Amino acid sequence: MTAMSSASTVTPNGAKPKPMFAPGRVLIYTLLIVTSIYYLIPLYVMVITSLKDLDQIREGNIFIPTMKPTFDAWIKAWSAACTGLNCTGLAPGFWNSVFITIPSVIVSIAVASISGYTLANWPFKFAEWCFTILLVGSFIPYQVFLYPLVIITREMGIYSTLYAVIFVHTVFGLPILTLLFRNYFASLPEELFKAARVDGAGYWRIFFNVLMPMSLPIFSVAVILQVTGIWNDFLFGVIYAGPTNYPMTVQLNNIVNSLQGVKEYNVEMAATILTGLVPLTIYFLSGKYFVRGIAAGAVKG
Amino acid sequence: MHSVSVKNLSLNFGAVSVLKTMNLDVEEGEFVVLLGPSGCGKSTLLNCLAGLLDISAGEIWIKGKNVTWAEPSERGIGMVFQSYALYPQMTVRGNLTFGLTIAGLPKDEIEKRVARAAEILQIGPLLDRKPGALSGGQRQRVAIGRALVRDVDVFLFDEPLSNLDAKLRSELRVEIKRLHNQLGNTMVYVTHDQIEALTLADRIAVMKGGVIQQLADPHTIYNKPTNLFVAGFIGSPTMNFLHGKAIDGGTAFQFGDHRIDLSGYDGGAVGNREAAVLGLRPEHITVHATAPAGPSLPAEVEIDENLGADSLLWLKLDGQSVCVRVPVEGRLPSGTKVHLGLDIAKASLFDAASEQRI
Repeated sequence: MTAMSSASTVTPNGAKPKPMFAPGRVLIYTLLIVTSIYYLIPLYVMVITSLKDLDQIREGNIFIPTMKPTFDAWIKAWSAACTGLNCTGLAPGFWNSVFITIPSVIVSIAVASISGYTLANWPFKFAEWCFTILLVGSFIPYQVFLYPLVIITREMGIYSTLYAVIFVHTVFGLPILTLLFRNYFASLPEELFKAARVDGAGYWRIFFNVLMPMSLPIFSVAVILQVTGIWNDFLFGVIYAGPTNYPMTVQLNNIVNSLQGVKEYNVEMAATILTGLVPLTIYFLSGKYFVRGIAAGAVKG
Repeated sequence: MHSVSVKNLSLNFGAVSVLKTMNLDVEEGEFVVLLGPSGCGKSTLLNCLAGLLDISAGEIWIKGKNVTWAEPSERGIGMVFQSYALYPQMTVRGNLTFGLTIAGLPKDEIEKRVARAAEILQIGPLLDRKPGALSGGQRQRVAIGRALVRDVDVFLFDEPLSNLDAKLRSELRVEIKRLHNQLGNTMVYVTHDQIEALTLADRIAVMKGGVIQQLADPHTIYNKPTNLFVAGFIGSPTMNFLHGKAIDGGTAFQFGDHRIDLSGYDGGAVGNREAAVLGLRPEHITVHATAPAGPSLPAEVEIDENLGADSLLWLKLDGQSVCVRVPVEGRLPSGTKVHLGLDIAKASLFDAASEQRI
């Protein structure tokens, strides 16, 4: 009897399909939507405020979009807003940031990738020591070095110039980038390196012809880390650049925190968005590589 | 002149001695296989020959030149790796020509060598593909090709077939043998697979713990292993070991209550020994219903494993398990009482203390 009934019962194969509105899924989507709104609302407020004129802002409701959008605030933020005594807008700061970021990124990545390659593939006598020092170096708080670096850059004759900021960014980028590159290169198959040596490739040729073409993910990670880090930096810019060379972030601060005259919220919002545009673009363009590279670097080491 | 000569080579990693005062001479055109369990130093030795590891002491000579401190590319060696180690971003052609371009060879010479390697290894149609688009067997051919185009005296193989499936492995094994016959180069080949070693080698160096245990042709290695380790490592299923003692001035072997006559033993002077090991390969034991002439032992069939071509009988002998290779017709049900005939002329006798062959 029991055998009969069990034989005639059709047992489902595999997991039960989930309904469209399963409680778990509803919860996940609710959470995701709420979080997205939480992060998007400030951006929304900034964009619509920057498109209003001051009269509209005084009407008080920051959530209502304007009927008469104007780009005046954006133009003013870029070219006429007062940062301290100069009323030249963010444009000079933008170019200062560009002149700081490009060489710092290139030099720090070039040096770090080669150091990482050396540590991973050409172990020398004190390689382990160097590695440990780098590891420690990447955990020491920046603040400790601020004053010594003022003296060092002064003695080098570059204090209060863009070169000082470039120098400081390059140096501070090295420990963490070197670690990143070392771990990535250590995770590549060792036999490839051996094969290249048997083929007669030397130090540079192995680096440029064999390893670098395989290392796009880690180079994109390094570029993203450095570009966003250096672009967003405030501290080094304010200390080492000197008043005429302030990067964009410092000028933004000066615009937003200036205490004289009318508070121009629309200009401040526009200036903030303008400053954040470069890292935002970088993230949007290379987010995929960023995740992939971080994962790749994390495999070994 | 030896093709490859290793003189008193030692290698230490810190306090760990990986290779211990090693000596090895490889003749011109010889195929030598370094065989051993993992961690025995066989790959390390090969890396030393290639110049990829700096040795702690000793000398390495290749083709009559002291290359102990020469760069890998200057030693006249080509190397094939287990993981193929092809440059993933280059085409097959790029992989083959990379080293030649570095060496600054003229274009037409490079073309000629690539064409020759492609013909020998039958990889012509693959030349413009990337390694990612090749199968494992094809990749390994390209890796061999990369060593081939270098036009070197000595080929070094580091477990080249270990990443391939069983069928491909036996195919490529034959091809490597054919390649050796065709080119006549010296080849040093590392493997942990004894079938590869026995089939390919002119001579096998069985290694353990950074020491070459025995260096001899496959026949000698198989039939006259120099110590217990080699005897146990080579052969599948492994050699049967009977622990007992040599008595009556070495003319007989006492195993439990049984006396085995050693008169046909092919070895050194046995003499009386308190502890000795008699080693017999599964194919050197015969199974009989009644006690045969010559040395024999009573046993009981436990398991019968049919391998197709022949059959393995696992028997109980005084509580010890013994394996015998028998023809398929010799299959017997479990529990059958039988007598084992021992071929003493093909047996190996070891001193239990020194583990050396007598």
